[in-house]
Amino acid sequence: MKPNSFEYVRVDTLNDAIAVLQEHGDDARILAGGQSLIPAMNMRLALPEVLVDVSNIGEMHGITIQDGGLRIGAMSRHAEVMKSSKIAEYAPLITMAMPNIAHGAIRNRGTFGGSLCNADPAAELPACALALGVTFNIQGSDGTRSVAAEDFIDGTYSTCLSDDEILVSVDVPAPEAGAVSFFEELARRKGDYAMAGLAAHGVLKDGQFTDMRLVFFAVDEMAVRASSAEQLICGKPLSEIDIDAVCAALADDITPFEDLTTSSAAKMVMMQVLTRRTLEKFIAEGAVN
Amino acid sequence: MNKRISVLDLPNSYVGKSVPRPNAKRLVQGRGTYVDDIELPRMVHLAFHRSPYAHAKILSVDCDDARAIPGVVGVYTMDDLKDTITPWVGTLDHLKGIKSAEQWPLANGKVFWQGEPIVAIAATSRAIAEDAADQILVDYEELEPVTDMMTALDKDTPVIHPELGDNLCFQRGVDSGDVDAAFENAAVVVEDSFRFNRHTGVTMEPRSIICDYKPADGELTLYMSVQCPHMSKNLFAEHLGLDENKVRVICKDVGGSFGIKIHTYSDEMAAGAIALKLGRPVKFIADRLESFTTDIHARDHRVTARAAFDADGNLLAIDMDDVTGVGPYSVYPRTSGIELNQVINLTGGPYKHRNYRVDGKVVFLNKNVMCQYRGVGHPIAIAVGEHLMELGARKLKLDPVALRLQNFIPQDAYPYTSPAGAIYEMQSHHQCLDKLVEMMDYEGLRSEQKSLREQGIYRGIGFASLIEVTNPGPAFYGVGGAKIASQDGCTLRLDPTGGVTATTGVTEQGQGTETIIAQVVATSLGVPIETVRVVTGDTEAVPYGGGTWASRGAGIGGEAAFQAGKALKENILDLAAIILQAKIEDLDIIGGNVVDADGGNERLSLAELGRIAYFRGDTLPVDAQPELVVTRHYTQRDYPFVFTNAAHACLLDVDIHTGMVKLQKYWVVEDCGRVINPKLVAEQTRGGVVQGIGPALFEECLYTDEGQMINGSMADYLVPMAAEMPDIEVGHVETPTETSELGAKGVGEAGTAGAPAAVMNAINDALSPFDVVLSDMPFTPDKILRGLGKI
Repeated sequence: MKPNSFEYVRVDTLNDAIAVLQEHGDDARILAGGQSLIPAMNMRLALPEVLVDVSNIGEMHGITIQDGGLRIGAMSRHAEVMKSSKIAEYAPLITMAMPNIAHGAIRNRGTFGGSLCNADPAAELPACALALGVTFNIQGSDGTRSVAAEDFIDGTYSTCLSDDEILVSVDVPAPEAGAVSFFEELARRKGDYAMAGLAAHGVLKDGQFTDMRLVFFAVDEMAVRASSAEQLICGKPLSEIDIDAVCAALADDITPFEDLTTSSAAKMVMMQVLTRRTLEKFIAEGAVN
Repeated sequence: MNKRISVLDLPNSYVGKSVPRPNAKRLVQGRGTYVDDIELPRMVHLAFHRSPYAHAKILSVDCDDARAIPGVVGVYTMDDLKDTITPWVGTLDHLKGIKSAEQWPLANGKVFWQGEPIVAIAATSRAIAEDAADQILVDYEELEPVTDMMTALDKDTPVIHPELGDNLCFQRGVDSGDVDAAFENAAVVVEDSFRFNRHTGVTMEPRSIICDYKPADGELTLYMSVQCPHMSKNLFAEHLGLDENKVRVICKDVGGSFGIKIHTYSDEMAAGAIALKLGRPVKFIADRLESFTTDIHARDHRVTARAAFDADGNLLAIDMDDVTGVGPYSVYPRTSGIELNQVINLTGGPYKHRNYRVDGKVVFLNKNVMCQYRGVGHPIAIAVGEHLMELGARKLKLDPVALRLQNFIPQDAYPYTSPAGAIYEMQSHHQCLDKLVEMMDYEGLRSEQKSLREQGIYRGIGFASLIEVTNPGPAFYGVGGAKIASQDGCTLRLDPTGGVTATTGVTEQGQGTETIIAQVVATSLGVPIETVRVVTGDTEAVPYGGGTWASRGAGIGGEAAFQAGKALKENILDLAAIILQAKIEDLDIIGGNVVDADGGNERLSLAELGRIAYFRGDTLPVDAQPELVVTRHYTQRDYPFVFTNAAHACLLDVDIHTGMVKLQKYWVVEDCGRVINPKLVAEQTRGGVVQGIGPALFEECLYTDEGQMINGSMADYLVPMAAEMPDIEVGHVETPTETSELGAKGVGEAGTAGAPAAVMNAINDALSPFDVVLSDMPFTPDKILRGLGKI
């Protein structure tokens, strides 16, 4: 469990990073927090020839409010995100998700952007990104571009980034009035990859959901929305939401993959439990408000 | 002469007190010395090219590319080492009929499990050695792997080692009393099938070794992370053709062992052979993946068992079949037959039934080898027996605690010979269970359980009463021909400044051996504990002994230390009587001073006595020859083993919607004889319970039908972690063994032994409203949802 021999480069600017990436193509990998990449290298599952350490690049750090929305630098450590009062205010879904990400020591090093770029199907943050409808700010040799949440991750451990592109930051839109969030995952041990998880975000107006995103993770190739189930929730009085029907509709949207110890059928049961808990909570809160 | 009470009972005794561990601070500061911390000049590092197949013939091996890599010092196949090392066979004479094939350190023409080493590469760094290992090209002819223990003996299943004739490693049965008649006459019969999952001991420090051979004097020094330095010394000497006196094993700090580090491992033996070839120090540190596929596994058993009760709830008989699928070899030198032996010896151990039958088989499989791991057989025996008791209680409509109390061996029946032939000196089952029930407020929990059920919370209470094998005599291994010492020794030296150096054959791997040896010596000799320095783990420095396994450190090593303390005290008082011109019987040693036995007046410090003995012999009479070094050994000969007992209870909630289990609380009342250090006993128990909760809820080595282990990483192999563990409350009952003066029995394994049973019983208790009975470990959410009919 020693990595193959590799070069390590630490750059101070995005342009320098992009230059290194351009030179080495897919032989180079960006080193963010290293919490997934380094173990993969030790197992020789990843064999990069060059590691580009981007921790000194200023634009990739910081959690700020810009144009009424929230900007999270890609190099923000999980621990920093977890403690951020700005995130708690603008994107409480992310704050709820953070304690589920691995363990304290890993959260001290692991980064927000690194987790998104790693695109692990069991990761929490891609699901949050999808539920919140964030925008990914990317820079490469052709300049900058912005990508919508549903277009960023395109498969297991796969994103739309080309070899010379870097995720710089993520923009989270300002929460609408009546926004509600819920996050829960079922893992055999705290900090493990979940058996099934749900990041839910909706907007409640005048006693009805005008928007609802149910994003499941650890059940498919990537975080996935349950669109049919969502449709059964929106546009009707809370009292008329048929939770059983919503749960039943999940099967129309998702056929969970099995993992080492949890079958597809068990994952579906868990998704239904998570959905029921979410809706019961939302409806109870909506009724109170 | 007045009969004095034992020093153990004196108020200034260290025995029975939770004195702090002298080595804890050093380890917490990161100043421990583990094998990988040791760097020797000119040292090379080993990596192995290992088999990706569970069963294959090796057609050719091409090492040319590997050899060409700069930094590679040597590349070895088995043919390259055959002139340096001899093969071994993991059998013991007293396990009748056990068989195994000849095993070499590297694959010898065929591979028999995924992970078996084929080529060893020595290089100037481990990274380079791994680069080279990736470049080895092996051409295989795949053979059909044998991976299902239930069909391993079928006619059309390939025979793994054709020279053995079949895949049967070992078979043993017991048929005591009249089992058939008991079942015919029974009012109630309960029955179940069990699946115990293959798992392993996960040590923080992996298996590690440095072999340093000096050709000039033909001496081999082994720095090892091991529990039994003298056994290792013997085995390396024997198989490398060295005089045993030319082999030294140095075992400094050990980062956990749990029975993983008492076996012969191919890669470590290869390291020894390569050190002889190279004449340079050779280091091998197993990485996590190597550990998962080559550290011994344990517990892969399939059991069907039934129990018969009369209408009053008296247990009449237990009848069981046990099949266990070990690896392709019986592990040397302790064999892979002992776990079955323990299952046979221990199932139903606390109870008074006289009819008992077991049919046990151990079969070879093309999976990693299996052997003795913390608790050896106990978790299976106890889970089977205690599950049957709970099923019996349910069917008889009796309380499970009451049913146990009714069926325990009567207190006046000891010493008692079990239907399996085990002899129990004295047990305290009633006392332990009574105390447990009180500690946990059993009645309160039952009423809480009832009200929680009405709220849809399914809480379960599970019990396990158990016996544990400790303090083994020579009957365990020695009689079978293995050079594994059941005796152990302790040497004490009074140093000139009055301090005491104690060297002992039992070893420290984090459980506190050095602490308890210091406590015993300080008490026995009458000196402050701070003045006792304990040395372990160097075969050149310590008396020949067995080391630490089978919960023997305190009971065997402790007694040797106690007797050594008494003997040194006698010698010191001999000399003190000369110096003080007093009678020996009028003197005593208290607090590091020679004092008047009567009244305790201080007469002479041990420092002053040491000064005179070592430097001013001229002031002593001509015939006075002070002997301030003594050694005492101890072998427990009264019984094959000294059994301990304990009662466990587990409280947990099962979420019937998700199948998830939340542990709420755990209680243990443990009787390990005289308690030397209550805190260490409690911590051993807690650690043991956690290690038993592991396989009940989380741990399993998952194999495909092709014999591929598919979860060999810490992300996929789930060890129990702190966040999920309940508070574990430990109580003590002390029934000292009369086999020794110290009276201590072992405690290392009892936690691990009982926890799987208690967790299983609690889950089934929680699910009792649904009439669901689960007995397939680990109890994953998937299995619980399946049991509940939700999927």
